[in-house]
Amino acid sequence: MNSVVTTADQAPVFYEVDEHPHPEGHSTSLGFWIYLMSDCLIFAALFAVYGVLSGNFAAGPGPKELFELPLVALNTTMLLFSSITYGFAMLTMEKDRVAATQAWLVVTALFGLAFLGIELYEFHHLIAEGATPQRSAFLSAFFTLVGTHGLHVTFGTIWLVTLMVQVARRGLITANKRRLMCLSMFWHFLDVIWIGVFTFVYLMGMVR
Amino acid sequence: MSAHDTTAGPAHDDTGALSPVHHGHEDHGAEPHGSLRSYLIGFGLSVVLTAIPFWLVMTGVLGNATATALAIMGFAAVQIVVHMIYFLHMNFRSEGGWTMLALVFTLILVVITLAGSLWVMYHLNTNMMPGAYESRPMP
Repeated sequence: MNSVVTTADQAPVFYEVDEHPHPEGHSTSLGFWIYLMSDCLIFAALFAVYGVLSGNFAAGPGPKELFELPLVALNTTMLLFSSITYGFAMLTMEKDRVAATQAWLVVTALFGLAFLGIELYEFHHLIAEGATPQRSAFLSAFFTLVGTHGLHVTFGTIWLVTLMVQVARRGLITANKRRLMCLSMFWHFLDVIWIGVFTFVYLMGMVR
Repeated sequence: MSAHDTTAGPAHDDTGALSPVHHGHEDHGAEPHGSLRSYLIGFGLSVVLTAIPFWLVMTGVLGNATATALAIMGFAAVQIVVHMIYFLHMNFRSEGGWTMLALVFTLILVVITLAGSLWVMYHLNTNMMPGAYESRPMP
């Protein structure tokens, strides 16, 4: 009786002692976003290196002799198209339309491969002209920055094919939707980085 | 009678104390996804914001290198914001605001890295190595 009176007088305080169940993958979105932010810092460091070294030509060729803006514009178009087609894949995924999702993912992969093909053609062209990464600090920084972005797109494409196999085998289950959502963030993030690349590397290089 | 009230009181408070925790988890389920309309708006804006800087540089229509540089940097900044909103679905609500907090923190680090590196290296070049870059073609 005594204890009943004391609990009635005091405001009850509750502590969460037990680990309550979390739905599977509830923190994946935030965790993946923090990974992307750390990736952003890698690119910030590479942009800073390029910014510092972009004038050090070592009497070699500069941006105006090397870059072809129509090719860069075509490349930018490929990446932008791949972004919107991935968006369409996400929209069809939410409606659980497996075949349409797969079709949009194939289109996205093709645009990604087109981007990579054009970039490899550009790199091959530069190296054939003697503008290798060893030629000058400017070219070292250029190949490192643009090459790192290209590597990200390469691994993004591999990831995309992996997820297409997953969706083909398991369908659009919750786990696969979560994976597609992560790749969607990764893919759009790469497009954001490319805005920085074509502006600061290619366009600014032609202006200066 | 009084014993019944006191047992009912904590039981009622118990659900009241737990309910905010449950609300927090329900928010995670509602991931913000774009609609077809928002994707198309983002795409249209991106195409325009990409085409204009390329046009400015390829035609040299402004005639002034500094003005062109400032203009294309402005278009890039706007396009990055457009991609963040329409493709990455950034807002102040998702994950209880933690994605936005992580983004703001990252942007501060990016600004410090870029501005700090360029500032320090520019002063290093101009103050400590006089004449070292005389053979370099001036931009």
